[in-house]
Amino acid sequence: MSDDTFLRVRDLKIGATAYPPGEPPKWIEIVHGVSFDLEKGKVLGLIGESGAGKSTIGLAALGYGRGGVDISGGEVWVNGRNILASGMRDLRRLRGAEVTYVSQSAAASFNPAKKLMEQVIEASVRHGRFSKSKAEKRAVELFAKLGLPDPETIGNRYPHQVSGGQLQRVMTAMALCPQPDLVVFDEPTTALDVTTQIDVLKAIKEAIADTGVAAIYITHDLAVVAQVADDIMVLRMGEKVEYGTTDQIINAPQEDYTRALVSVRSIRHEEKHPTDEPVLSVQNITARYRGTSFDVLHDVSVDVYPGQTLAVVGESGSGKSTLARVITGLLPPRDGQIEFTGRTLSPALEGRTREDLRELQMIYQMADVAMNPRHTVGTIIGRPLEFYFGLKGAAKKKRIKELLDEIEMGEGFLDRYPAELSGGQKQRVCIARALAAKPKLIICDEVTSALDPLVADGILKLLLNLQKSENVAYLFITHDIATVRAIADSIAVMYQGRVQRYGVKSTVLAPPFDDYTDLLLSSVPEMELGWLEEVVEHRRMTSAGN
Amino acid sequence: MLPVVKLVAQRIALGVLLLFATSILIFVGTLILPGDVAQAILGQSATPQSLANLREEMGLNDPAWLRYFQWLGGVLQGDLGTSLSNGRDIATQIGARLGNTLFLAFWAAIVAVPLAIFLGLLAVRYRDRWPDKLISGFTLASISLPEFFLGYVLIFFFAVKWRWFPSVATIYDSMSFGQKLDAIVLPAAVLTLVILAHMMRMTRAAILNVMQSAYIETAELKGLTTFDVIRKHAFPNAIAPIVNVVMLNLAYLVVGVVVVEVVFVYPGMGQYLVDHVSKRDVPVVQACGLIFAAVYIGLNMTADIVSILANPRLRHPK
Repeated sequence: MSDDTFLRVRDLKIGATAYPPGEPPKWIEIVHGVSFDLEKGKVLGLIGESGAGKSTIGLAALGYGRGGVDISGGEVWVNGRNILASGMRDLRRLRGAEVTYVSQSAAASFNPAKKLMEQVIEASVRHGRFSKSKAEKRAVELFAKLGLPDPETIGNRYPHQVSGGQLQRVMTAMALCPQPDLVVFDEPTTALDVTTQIDVLKAIKEAIADTGVAAIYITHDLAVVAQVADDIMVLRMGEKVEYGTTDQIINAPQEDYTRALVSVRSIRHEEKHPTDEPVLSVQNITARYRGTSFDVLHDVSVDVYPGQTLAVVGESGSGKSTLARVITGLLPPRDGQIEFTGRTLSPALEGRTREDLRELQMIYQMADVAMNPRHTVGTIIGRPLEFYFGLKGAAKKKRIKELLDEIEMGEGFLDRYPAELSGGQKQRVCIARALAAKPKLIICDEVTSALDPLVADGILKLLLNLQKSENVAYLFITHDIATVRAIADSIAVMYQGRVQRYGVKSTVLAPPFDDYTDLLLSSVPEMELGWLEEVVEHRRMTSAGN
Repeated sequence: MLPVVKLVAQRIALGVLLLFATSILIFVGTLILPGDVAQAILGQSATPQSLANLREEMGLNDPAWLRYFQWLGGVLQGDLGTSLSNGRDIATQIGARLGNTLFLAFWAAIVAVPLAIFLGLLAVRYRDRWPDKLISGFTLASISLPEFFLGYVLIFFFAVKWRWFPSVATIYDSMSFGQKLDAIVLPAAVLTLVILAHMMRMTRAAILNVMQSAYIETAELKGLTTFDVIRKHAFPNAIAPIVNVVMLNLAYLVVGVVVVEVVFVYPGMGQYLVDHVSKRDVPVVQACGLIFAAVYIGLNMTADIVSILANPRLRHPK
């Protein structure tokens, strides 16, 4: 161990006590003996899927167990002290002073009742790192360094008066304010739109470089961590899979799992061209929510063809989910109409026939809240069979089994409850439920956004296979360009309630771009070192040229 | 205009409207009762002729809506009418009684509200450990026992056995402030015990709810002590539900303390109301009803307004 080693983790074991109903409490280990070192001024990326234990390990650097989590073994040496052996008082002295934390959702991590400045300097003042006035001065400097607007006055605002991307930067300033030795960044850009993510990422990277602080950067997105980390540790189910320099992990991964992560999103989908009549034709839709005075959708027109996929892509607030609400009849539009399989649909849900409902199904982002937790998989899939086709008894059971086979799960899942399924399996059951109605069109609203990359890939492949065998059309709503590339035949780019760009995939994703599409496409992190600098430099050049 | 100003104005307008609606209910309620004031006054000696004369004299033959507006007009000018049982002006009588009631309620609240909130904070700090259980157990016991029982237990020990405080809490205008305070110690203690549990449990529940938030974790990761986390970060976000319960209990202190007043022979509104109900003194009952309604509506309106003001999103719009 060199003298610069500031954080030394040895054989870290973390677990939690589970209380299964009707059984004695059970100890479940989440992290099984992980070790690593971190030198001053270096950034370590922790990467893995959900449940890999990366946040848990990050928080262990502050001696903190979230929820009922307990650190059960190993050593965490910070500045030459094993913090796991010290008491609560010492831990409190460490937290917020020597080690600080930036969480995934800054919006939820700020106290809504207090001004930002008060919260940003709280730890510095509390631990006596700086006087109140010095800390405030430092905070303003950090606000400026992180590229926040009005650095002098932004601290006087309340959290709800600042955007999500800005809050994430304020939280970074809050973490840097006490001049810590280590900052733990826990998915700090995951909740942001790609165009916002790139700015925050750049701000964080520069702030780390300028202050010389060491950092642990936790994320599930290898492309993101490749931009900021010096070393990367790949984790899976609480165990180290691979640990090396960023260059080695990205360009020469040794383990199969790492290779799978690096090459994820490698689905290649040949686009199909519009054929005969569209199955769904959205014509000049303008819509607003009740009680508001502005339109969320302006004159939106798109077509979906049988057996093809239209991807609707855009940032949060671009109106893509509202479009789904209009098509399903949940939000009657102010203007325009919707033609579906040649007939005009009633604008409101009440006016639609059972046949309309059957042929137009929907799958949601949150599979677990889209299912009744007290119904078995069999009941969930069986319900539309009964409702639309009147199937009962053996016939119904036979069809349920067919559907379970189609989603590659099999009849063993018939009597399981949603809580007993993994995230990917839940989403598959939702797909089967939609398919059970034999629809002509399925609206998929961010169906892979809540899933880990490898699991999401599986879902996308399944959807493509089902499209081939059932000739069903998809209207696929997403914010993720990689998903669009993987699944779309045609694309509609939405921005501020308007269709910004629309056409077959190859045309939409090829230059010349309009400004917004260019920004959107170039903001998607790519899995290569130095990508961030290149993009930032490129943007600086073009804006200087204008 | 700030949305918060509009919201507060709306609440106040709604409160006034509600008060008028209540005044109608109170008036109609006394109309529905069998017999009328004339019969009540004349009692056994009523003859059809004397009834008719008295009704004429008192304007009871006027239509109900006209009498309502006459009554309301009087109330708005501070004229609550005259008592049937002793012929005296109701406003002066109630004035003194209401003063006494507010005096007792004020001192009970001064002790009970901060104590309840502090105990609530303490219960959260030591959640599920013995201080929490002790606080919960003690306050639950005190709310479960009937008020008169608590009153007599306190009288037995503090007045009879140890002779620290008087058992009779009657106060007069001639008493000094200190004497008055001394007199109301026991009833104020009973009231405190009665309302403590409700407020303390709500404080505990509201703060525990907030403790689930992500920003509490942020505060813990800043190295703050648990009590600071609760006081600085959890409590300010739990004010709205706590204020609601506090106001409900304050209202109870004004309108619901008849039993305690009787036990300690305290000359407050409750006793006054009960006395006149039994004498069927309708104008007094109406006046008391109206004042109680005003107190309830006023305090709940205050709770609503505090909740609105406590919300930074409303106070500081984007």
